[in-house]
Amino acid sequence: MGVTLDLLLNAITAGLLLGGFYAAVSVGVAISFGMLDIANLAHPAFIILGSFTAYILNGTFGMDPIVAGIVVLPGFFLLGAAIYQIYYVSFERRGEESLRGLAFFFGILFITEVSLILIFGVDYRFVEARYIGPTLRLGIVDLPLRMLVPCVFSLIMVGGLHLSLSHTFLGRAILAVAQDGPALRLLAINPSRVKLVAFGISIATAAIAGSFLIIIQPVEPSIGREYIGRVFAICVMGGMGSFPGMLLAAMLLGVVESITATFYGPSWSPAVAFGFLLLTLAFRPSGILGR
Amino acid sequence: MRSGFFWLVTALVVFAIFSASRLVTNDYFFFAGYLVLQFVVLATAWNILGGYTGYVNFGTAGFFALGAYSSVVLHKLFGPPIPVLIVVGGVVSGIVGFGMGYLTLRLRGVFFAIATLALAIVLETLITNWDYVGGSRGVYIIRPAQAPLIGSYIQYLFLLMLTLAGIAVATARTIEHSTLGYGLAAIRDDEQAAETAGVPTLRLKLVSTTLSGAFMGMAGAPLPYYVTYLDPASGFNLAYAVNSIAMPLIGGTTGWLGPVIGAVLLGTIQQVATVTISSALNLLIVGVLLVAFVVIAPNGIIGLIETRGRRRAG
Repeated sequence: MGVTLDLLLNAITAGLLLGGFYAAVSVGVAISFGMLDIANLAHPAFIILGSFTAYILNGTFGMDPIVAGIVVLPGFFLLGAAIYQIYYVSFERRGEESLRGLAFFFGILFITEVSLILIFGVDYRFVEARYIGPTLRLGIVDLPLRMLVPCVFSLIMVGGLHLSLSHTFLGRAILAVAQDGPALRLLAINPSRVKLVAFGISIATAAIAGSFLIIIQPVEPSIGREYIGRVFAICVMGGMGSFPGMLLAAMLLGVVESITATFYGPSWSPAVAFGFLLLTLAFRPSGILGR
Repeated sequence: MRSGFFWLVTALVVFAIFSASRLVTNDYFFFAGYLVLQFVVLATAWNILGGYTGYVNFGTAGFFALGAYSSVVLHKLFGPPIPVLIVVGGVVSGIVGFGMGYLTLRLRGVFFAIATLALAIVLETLITNWDYVGGSRGVYIIRPAQAPLIGSYIQYLFLLMLTLAGIAVATARTIEHSTLGYGLAAIRDDEQAAETAGVPTLRLKLVSTTLSGAFMGMAGAPLPYYVTYLDPASGFNLAYAVNSIAMPLIGGTTGWLGPVIGAVLLGTIQQVATVTISSALNLLIVGVLLVAFVVIAPNGIIGLIETRGRRRAG
């Protein structure tokens, strides 16, 4: 396939829209892994769980998928808090988080995925909404609403989280935990309580990201694995806890993946994210904006 | 027990198991036994890095499938005997393990773990897009009906995997009681302290990733002949990764016996569950056991037995 200008422009636009969505997918990991130092490998599985709750609410009540994602937020928050509590009691308090903590989250990833397969089977599921289908046209550039709507809401969510982290008491407490947990104890704040709330928020973002995912593409339980590489690549490239860095990395990955898919075929795109991750880890472990 | 003596005992055990198995006439026994032994090799290989050194490898499926696909390539080129394929598979995966370790082992352990997961997916994408080895359609390998001296081909594969399992376990035992093993244990307990005390941490870690990767590749090398149809989705199945992590953690990670117990136990349960219930449920069992053991019994079955023994003694 020849490289023509409009093909390239469309690939870049699609990549930017995709990148906006990737930011929503990665923001939870930026909080849990980047700030709290909890390598939550199971995050993509919770995103798929979010997709399926959106699917159920959309199918039974005809609810808009994004509204469905917001409705289940409290449930996901509690789920996240519960998982952190188990993690804290069994690993963090004993200082054994590295090896066993990773295996713990890997196990959770499998349990969630296989449970979804046992309940829903391996068929692809999708949702119905008015904005799935139509496409805006700006000159030669196509803006499918199916991609644009998740991208816009994702940017709103990431921006909102960024502002509340830097302007609210709780947000600043989370940033403080990220910088120096033991110091918080000296101020009579319990770091694990703050981490509990922060981890709950990080899992809650998965509910929304999951509803975006099922708007963008049909979902089956095992596609979550493809996102493990993407979220960690974005998180590491973005410099761990930094939101602007994460957004930049998400856009970059989206564009590179989209260009690869357009010019070399979609079967190569999983390797792009993981290849990016390997290269970042090998040569630039502090991220693209890192020191 | 001296290491040389342990090798001798292992060889005798391998010989005894094989001689006894000749009395079994049902071929299904060999098919099931092969899978369990394959998990013994994978779990032992994982534990050389994960248990002894404390670095988590999520990429077992990648190293394993790399061994299997190097066999496919060689099979298409010359069709050498399987023991040669096992050696080649081990060398290829060992080299990849070395490269992987060299790039990421200077980072924190978490990054190594995530990078191994990434490696498996990159390799899978490469194989999926490589038409010579079948691409995403997969590849058929026609295996001979008979093997020289042994007779039935599946018995031959069983014997190979049994020997490999014996070698892997004896190697793990030897490492445990060598300077290398003590160095690795020092890294696992406190890497900075080990470095300060003069343990050449990076070199030891590289030896351990290379060995671990090589055994995984060796375990994968006979796979095309066992399944006769291989495609990327089954070769790179994440189930290999979760199993090879779950087995040592359930058995106990500090010694050679833990992975063997875990692999035999979990492998047998899965064989029974696949036949009687369903193969999806199988993975659920592995996942639940993995989480349950890391939360409740961090030192696995061996740890449980030891605490009970100590309690009785004290």
